Amino acid sequence: MELHQLTIHELQKLIRSQGIASSDIVKSVFSRIDAVEGNVHAYITLMKEYAFAEAAKADKDVKEGILKPLTGIPIALKDILCTKGFLTTCGSHILHNYVPPYDATVVQKLREAGAVFTGKTNMDEFAMGSSTETSYFGITRNPWDLERIPGGSSGGSAAAVAADECIASIGSDTGGSIRQPAALCGVVGMKPTYGRVSRFGLIAFASSLDQIGPFTKDVEDCAIMMNAIAGYDPRESTSVPLNVPDYTEFISRGIGGWKVGIPKEYFIEGIHPDIEKAMQRAITTVEGLGATCVEISLPHTEYCLAVYYIIAPAEASSNLARYDGVKYGFRPQGSIDLLDMYKKTRSAGFGAEVKRRIMIGTYALSSGYYDAYYKKASQVRALIKRDFTEAFTLCDAILTPTSPTPAFKIGEKMDDPLQMYLSDIFTISTNLAGIPGISVPCGFTKDGLPIGAQFLAGHFEEGKLIQIASAFEKYANIEKRRPAL
Amino acid sequence: MGIEKQDTGLKITKEEVEYVAHLARLDFSEAEKSKFTSQLNDILMYVEKLNQVDTTNVEPMSHAIALQNVFRDDSVHDSLSHDLSLSNAPEARGPFFRVPKVIE
Repeated sequence: MELHQLTIHELQKLIRSQGIASSDIVKSVFSRIDAVEGNVHAYITLMKEYAFAEAAKADKDVKEGILKPLTGIPIALKDILCTKGFLTTCGSHILHNYVPPYDATVVQKLREAGAVFTGKTNMDEFAMGSSTETSYFGITRNPWDLERIPGGSSGGSAAAVAADECIASIGSDTGGSIRQPAALCGVVGMKPTYGRVSRFGLIAFASSLDQIGPFTKDVEDCAIMMNAIAGYDPRESTSVPLNVPDYTEFISRGIGGWKVGIPKEYFIEGIHPDIEKAMQRAITTVEGLGATCVEISLPHTEYCLAVYYIIAPAEASSNLARYDGVKYGFRPQGSIDLLDMYKKTRSAGFGAEVKRRIMIGTYALSSGYYDAYYKKASQVRALIKRDFTEAFTLCDAILTPTSPTPAFKIGEKMDDPLQMYLSDIFTISTNLAGIPGISVPCGFTKDGLPIGAQFLAGHFEEGKLIQIASAFEKYANIEKRRPAL
Repeated sequence: MGIEKQDTGLKITKEEVEYVAHLARLDFSEAEKSKFTSQLNDILMYVEKLNQVDTTNVEPMSHAIALQNVFRDDSVHDSLSHDLSLSNAPEARGPFFRVPKVIE
């Protein structure tokens, strides 16, 4: 095994007991990046010089007996998180030259935990997409099949973990942007409860739905990463002042006696047959762990996508109004007046999918249409949340597929926005209700593409998700494969 | 809205797309306008299905975890310096962001 193939907890042990240096780990990761990045293109910006300098500091710390939870571990960051002094593009032309003067809270917390950043990962422009094809900086390829997309919007972060171009990474999830790429790249991805992780310094897409979360190689690493990033932040007024448990304590608890809900609305026509079979096996696995699977109903499921495609663009159209060519980012030459400058900046600075969503959002919020669209969607959203509240009176956790299909071909859905939006059909409801979700590997299709299973729990019950996902991971005995890169 | 809906059977007309584009401070070519009109129509037709849901007496929800009156102490903290605040500006002069002339 090469160092870049290992997990956080494996490397922690090596650093603590075997005297393996962070510099060796970082060197191994960057030699891997040199070998495969040309094919995968997981990163927009590499922070190689910085990473080696930080690794040297970590090595010095270790010699002095200072050991933090992530000391010396190479972590990649989605390019939507502000990094002081390092380019942060959000995958967009309009921010192609933006160097933030401050760190996102999550970045600061990871630094304080000892992490070494490898770089900023590729993403759909402003996190709007399910395939990482809308990035201004080119596409990312799925490490399992270079002809296919890695999922999105955090496709770079998922691909970087799957291809061993980092040990773990951070993404953001507004409608499935962590869990769907995690499923399609065969890694673990968690979207925490809304308010569990501070969004300060996360470039906003849809503020009532956005959450930051980790991509890891296994569930134990997910718990370690959650320990590092979760918690109240006085700078973020929607972060919730609740104590954060030690998530690693949930790893070996088992789920004997649990009730696991299987929502009948999530097993619909159109699911890939290999995914359907994998889900049947997943149900058997969960029952083998001493839990009972019960059929539940989330009756408003069929409206989730419609609600999302009003609310997310509405919030985006407002959030993205700030990109006007005045304070930062791209501004074209030769404007005749201020209005002309705004229009030229935004028309040349945003890509087609971002413009499409700004248009939907602006329309939905415009005078005379507000009640018909935004208000109606917000009411149905309340009913979707109620569905989950009622479901969790009948079960401890919910099991669903993460995505209806495995990774699709590059270009396959680019001209049909609605088909692309359907990729998120099983993940969107989680963001609307604000509950946490995790995607864990649960097998492969006949063609060798990874499949993900999604577990959902009630608000602030990430511990339960770690508990069931780690039990599942151990017991399901999913074949260990690595992408042939 | 500034434009009357024409009876085209469409949710949104090209003229409305032009009006919304202006509100959003976006310019489109003729080809883009046609493409957007058709794609926005598809999306708006799709979201029509929300009208099947009875939402009588349902309070609209804005945030999943409703917090109210989040206050902080009114205390002085460090803030970004002028130089740092202007460091990303496409154009700056002295302590100001520079934009095309606004007042005639």
